Amino acid sequence: MSGLEPLLLRHHHRVLVQGLTGTQGSFWAEKMRDCGTTIVGGVNPRRAGTTHLGWPVFGSAQEAMGAVGFDTALMFIPPAAAKEAALDAIAAGARGLVILTEHIPSHDVLTILGAAERAGTRVVGPNTAGLVTPGEGFAGIMPGHNANVFRPGRVGVVSRSGSLGTLVCLNLTRAGLGQSAFIGIGGDPMLGTRTIDALRALDEDAGTDAVVLVGEIGGAMEETAAAYASGMKKPVVAFIAGAAAPPNRRMGHAGAIVAGSAGSHAGKCAALAAAGVGVVATPAEIAPALAARL
Amino acid sequence: MNLAEHPAKTLVLRPAGIAVPEGEICTTPEAAAGAAGRLGTVMVKAQIPAGKRGKGGGIRLAANPGEAARAARAILGSEVSGHRVSAVLVEQAAAIAAEYYAAVLHDAASATSLVLFSGEGGMEIEEIAATRPAALSRHHVAGGEEFTREEARAMLADQNLGAEREEVAALLVSLFRRYRETDAELIEINPLARLADGSLLALDCKFILDDAAAYRQPELSARAAPEPRTALEARGAAAGLKYIELPGDVAILANGAGLTMTTMDAVHHFGGSAANFLEIGGEAYTKSEAALALVLANPNARSVVVNFCGAFARTDVMAEGVVRAWQSLNPDLPVFFSVHGTGEAEAVALIERELGLTPFDFMEDAVKAAIAAAGAHR
Repeated sequence: MSGLEPLLLRHHHRVLVQGLTGTQGSFWAEKMRDCGTTIVGGVNPRRAGTTHLGWPVFGSAQEAMGAVGFDTALMFIPPAAAKEAALDAIAAGARGLVILTEHIPSHDVLTILGAAERAGTRVVGPNTAGLVTPGEGFAGIMPGHNANVFRPGRVGVVSRSGSLGTLVCLNLTRAGLGQSAFIGIGGDPMLGTRTIDALRALDEDAGTDAVVLVGEIGGAMEETAAAYASGMKKPVVAFIAGAAAPPNRRMGHAGAIVAGSAGSHAGKCAALAAAGVGVVATPAEIAPALAARL
Repeated sequence: MNLAEHPAKTLVLRPAGIAVPEGEICTTPEAAAGAAGRLGTVMVKAQIPAGKRGKGGGIRLAANPGEAARAARAILGSEVSGHRVSAVLVEQAAAIAAEYYAAVLHDAASATSLVLFSGEGGMEIEEIAATRPAALSRHHVAGGEEFTREEARAMLADQNLGAEREEVAALLVSLFRRYRETDAELIEINPLARLADGSLLALDCKFILDDAAAYRQPELSARAAPEPRTALEARGAAAGLKYIELPGDVAILANGAGLTMTTMDAVHHFGGSAANFLEIGGEAYTKSEAALALVLANPNARSVVVNFCGAFARTDVMAEGVVRAWQSLNPDLPVFFSVHGTGEAEAVALIERELGLTPFDFMEDAVKAAIAAAGAHR
């Protein structure tokens, strides 16, 4: 069982960026650094031995582990190369592995998650927008550097979606509720970190007083998390996207599809409400519902 | 994407050494008669991307060419399970001693592969799981691990198979290997027939190819059944945009699957009705110009709500595209914005300067305004 600790990103966590030298890797690495993230280097086999934006570039994650050491690897890697990069980071002994890539072939995802489970690596994603801890840093493609969106505070946020998660954090900040952590778990159907894992991490975190759970139709992650939430002392408020989605259509995320009654909006809301979670109908209702429970 | 029965049998099962009946695809009664002349007693089966064909009159037995022609005439052009039939599979009939169920699929909840077998096939798996759970054998395989003959034998221990156990175990191992080779999300054989001589024969096959792996399965993806799409949806797909046409009149453009669904939900929550789902998340955020043109091409649209919340997607880049498309198409529709996150200041300034509009602070207010405007515009 992989640890939950990498889910709450800290300034002292050493982050390796796989794909650092690409356009997105470069853009976001500088944003992360400016936000407090400790980036120790990058990986690009073709540019091993050089430096990029002041960071050393290694031929592999395993080489980087020997040279500078790291806790979490963050992948800016295209789908066809994702399996190899992930297995490299896992073999290197990464404790955390954040996979931003969308559209990784599902058999490659199975291979990655199987290897991570055996090695004890905590995978976040695939198809996640990443992790943000306001005041400490972020790892991913979230506006962690935008003080209108993220402020240090005591509300933990779990979200499958990056864009919706951003909106929810923005609304919390506007309502004067800062965040202890944002955990983007990803929009794929098969994930290394599920809703319940993120919920458990925030439940165990002394810096978190309450949790916002941002879910989506499809799968059974919210239903499983509801069972856990019923035993939590911290208040939980949930918003589930997809109430108006037509059946049997993939709503953007590969995981967001309702087939038959499984994964339906009504089923998820009912399970969460029965567990004592405050279920709201629009994102603007989240902050007031949370304030009423704090 | 799905393969129809015939390509699933011939391209997926047969290369794995799993026996399937001889058969031919026919689109006319004459062709069906000709096939029956070559094959003997046949089953004439509607080729549609749905189950429950037998109950819908889509599968008929024919003992000779004349009967095959009559069966084909009855099925072709008819509607079975909601699908118009344009082809039948004329397949050699088999002497069935027993019907089993076999499948390999992704199990999302555990993020592993799942091998399923039941000694009672023929009905839908949901029905088997609900009514005969004890008859269903399961075995999970973690990514990177193998599925061995010993494991297959062990999972079949409770099945009353007798002499066929070894043959079924071998088939499951072959099926699992093929599932990995073909990037399948699901391969299902239902029913899997045991014939009088003890051999196994796959009478039907359902195959789902992982869309994300289509690039490395060119032969299978080329044969995939086309998705049912409206003209606008086809235009969206050709442009690399996830567009779904809906029956309402409030058009939606947003970034990211979660935010777009939420925008659609808000439209319904406040009493409106969405004209489409369209998200330009991920790398597609640079396509906002084409995306807005697509949104405006829906003749049912009476107002537009543009809801951007930039994380990875830069709202300034998206706003540029929207403004460009709006100015070149100059539509006679009211539009309402909510813009936050990465690039927000530049995006808001651009929208105010070029379109003379001020984005709403809360997406809910933009949605309410769009609903009211659609009502007034009707």
